[in-house]
Amino acid sequence: MQTSTLFALLLLLILVAYGAGISRALTVAHKRGGLRKLAALPGYYGSYTALWCGLPALLLLGTWLIFDDAIIRALVMDRIADKPDTIAGQNLLYAQIQNLASGRLIGDAAPQLQEAALQLNRLRTGSRNLQAALSLILAVGLGAFALLRFSPELRAREKVEQVLRWVLLTCACAAIFTTVGILLSVLFESLRFFQTVSLTEFLFGLHWSPQMALRADQVGSSGAFGAVPLITGTLMVSVIAMFVAVPVGLMSAIYLAEYASKRVRALAKPVLEILAGVPTVVYGFFAALTVAPFVRDLAASLGLQASSESALAAGLVMGVMIIPFVSSLSDDVINAVPQSLRDGALGLGSTRSETVRKVVIPAALPGIVGGVLLAVSRAIGETMIVVMAAGLTANLTANPLESVTTVTVQIVTLLVGDQEFDSPKTLAAFALGLMLFISTLMLNFVALHVVKKYREQYD
Amino acid sequence: MDTMTLDAAGQTAASQPESAEREAVDTNTSKTVGKPFCDDAKMRMRNVNVFYGETQAIHDISLDIGCNEVVAMIGPSGCGKSTFLRCLNRMNDTIEDCRVEGELTLDGEPIYGQKVDVVPLRARVGMVFQKPNPFPKSIYENVAYGPKIHGIARRRAELDEIVENSLRRAGLWNEVKDRLDQPGTGLSGGQQQRLCIARAIAVSPEVILMDEPCSALDPIATARIEELINELRENYTIAIVTHSMQQAARVSQRTAYFHLGRLVEVNDTETVFTNPQHELTEAYITGRFG
Repeated sequence: MQTSTLFALLLLLILVAYGAGISRALTVAHKRGGLRKLAALPGYYGSYTALWCGLPALLLLGTWLIFDDAIIRALVMDRIADKPDTIAGQNLLYAQIQNLASGRLIGDAAPQLQEAALQLNRLRTGSRNLQAALSLILAVGLGAFALLRFSPELRAREKVEQVLRWVLLTCACAAIFTTVGILLSVLFESLRFFQTVSLTEFLFGLHWSPQMALRADQVGSSGAFGAVPLITGTLMVSVIAMFVAVPVGLMSAIYLAEYASKRVRALAKPVLEILAGVPTVVYGFFAALTVAPFVRDLAASLGLQASSESALAAGLVMGVMIIPFVSSLSDDVINAVPQSLRDGALGLGSTRSETVRKVVIPAALPGIVGGVLLAVSRAIGETMIVVMAAGLTANLTANPLESVTTVTVQIVTLLVGDQEFDSPKTLAAFALGLMLFISTLMLNFVALHVVKKYREQYD
Repeated sequence: MDTMTLDAAGQTAASQPESAEREAVDTNTSKTVGKPFCDDAKMRMRNVNVFYGETQAIHDISLDIGCNEVVAMIGPSGCGKSTFLRCLNRMNDTIEDCRVEGELTLDGEPIYGQKVDVVPLRARVGMVFQKPNPFPKSIYENVAYGPKIHGIARRRAELDEIVENSLRRAGLWNEVKDRLDQPGTGLSGGQQQRLCIARAIAVSPEVILMDEPCSALDPIATARIEELINELRENYTIAIVTHSMQQAARVSQRTAYFHLGRLVEVNDTETVFTNPQHELTEAYITGRFG
């Protein structure tokens, strides 16, 4: 039986179990004289039966699907006499057997392989049948068990809610374990990188040229993995972005929260939020095709040299991208300042702008700082705009008109295309990723801490 | 007893609207009973109507607030006393689609109108709110805020003096003089409210509006504020909205009873509480509703 058919059948069984549970509860309730005689509402008896019927069977099916390939492979490979030594060779051999089994490999093959292919097919059919039989038996059996166990005293609601709690916990854990998994994989790959390149060279080296020679006598064979130019590039682009985003975002938030009439606000706020919905790729080519040439021409007309891909162009566009982020966070914080403070200031004869400058903003400052720090960590992690508009050469420069490269851009270029995953060149990407991860994590941590600390003090 | 006789009996008989003559003591609320006017009025309000959008919150209220007088405004919730109070320094301006009609003057000068600047008005007519609302700044900065924005003090020493005087008058100086640099929000509720009063006094207003200043405070803190109001009366004119009739009786010279957006009765506080002229006032102060 196909897995999908089995799955549909199981769902059908669950539905039946649900209905059976309800009707059983209703019958008993009727006999006893009313729903009040039951320990839970009929719906809960339905869910209780359905959970008994479905959950173990689905769990079995899931586990089976995860492990069945590996087990079959082990069984098949076990029978083959002269296996190749390398993992790659074994993979190749098994792929050959698989192709043979599904009839995609035409031509003669070694009799040993023919036999293995036959065995593979046998195992697969057997596995599928066994899996179907077991899960169906489990579903029907446990469903019937739940129905038989039914009694009006059964606290079905509590049991169902217990199961629900476990389901929710599992989902929460899935997210957490994914994060931990990503962190660990980045960490271990980085450790491999630091076996070839020293940590000090990576953190303090001034030259970035991630090339590894294939032959000893190749031109430019010496790779250099000093991340300082990348860090300065990232910082420069981020700082330029924040110079655009913070004033504009903050002031638009102040306007929206304090000055705008309801009508203007209802119109302006969604429009501003559309800006947040523009895909970063679109910002990227806007930066590369419109802003960067404009910056270059402007610089030329002022008699300055500007490269056609510049930190300034990327930073400006990134700043525009972050405006809605800053403004909507600040807007929330400003709106959270109690009206009584504004009334107090106005009641003393402050003008509107004095109220905003001297009372509202200071009261909202911790939240605003937190929002800005979150925006900075977004700017540091932003990729698409800088890939298109900032350039690829790792310049160690303080001139925003020159092209710089950022950590994210280098990660992209290191991993684009076919790469071997054990050279320092590709492993460098993981080291950069780890660095990025740690720095944004720290920024977020500080941001949340600042917000929390000052909030405690003022409320 | 009709309103004319009362007027004749009262020392501060003012010109009474003619229609009031015909009015007997009854449940009619369209005209105010008692003596809403006085000779040395600091603020005069005539035929004030307030609308929130389409809804009318205040109906044709006329009232004087005399110099160095404490006027208490009482009435059941939603009767418009806070709205009326907020008209007196135009705090209602901050509420969108709130419209105030009528003639309101401070020392004979209109307080509404195109040409009137609301900022100096609010410096002259200060306000203390229901909930203590110190700024998230130090105690010193809270009091110094007003003088700073109005440029009242030119030197630091002058500012220090204003802060100290205001805190002294608000009866808070001894409690906070050693911790002026600590946040005002760290004080107790009663202290916070006195800080807010000190903050209002610091800009030397002529009138102080108080919107249920004790409703968030315990009885001891309330007693201190009431004491303070009695002292402040020597220098300031005070209008206070309160839910506590005992408080109105303790602190005010005249009491105004509001009902459903109308001013039902205004009279000397003693008269209102011992011999109310209007049936609704009587019902309220004897606790039959409210």
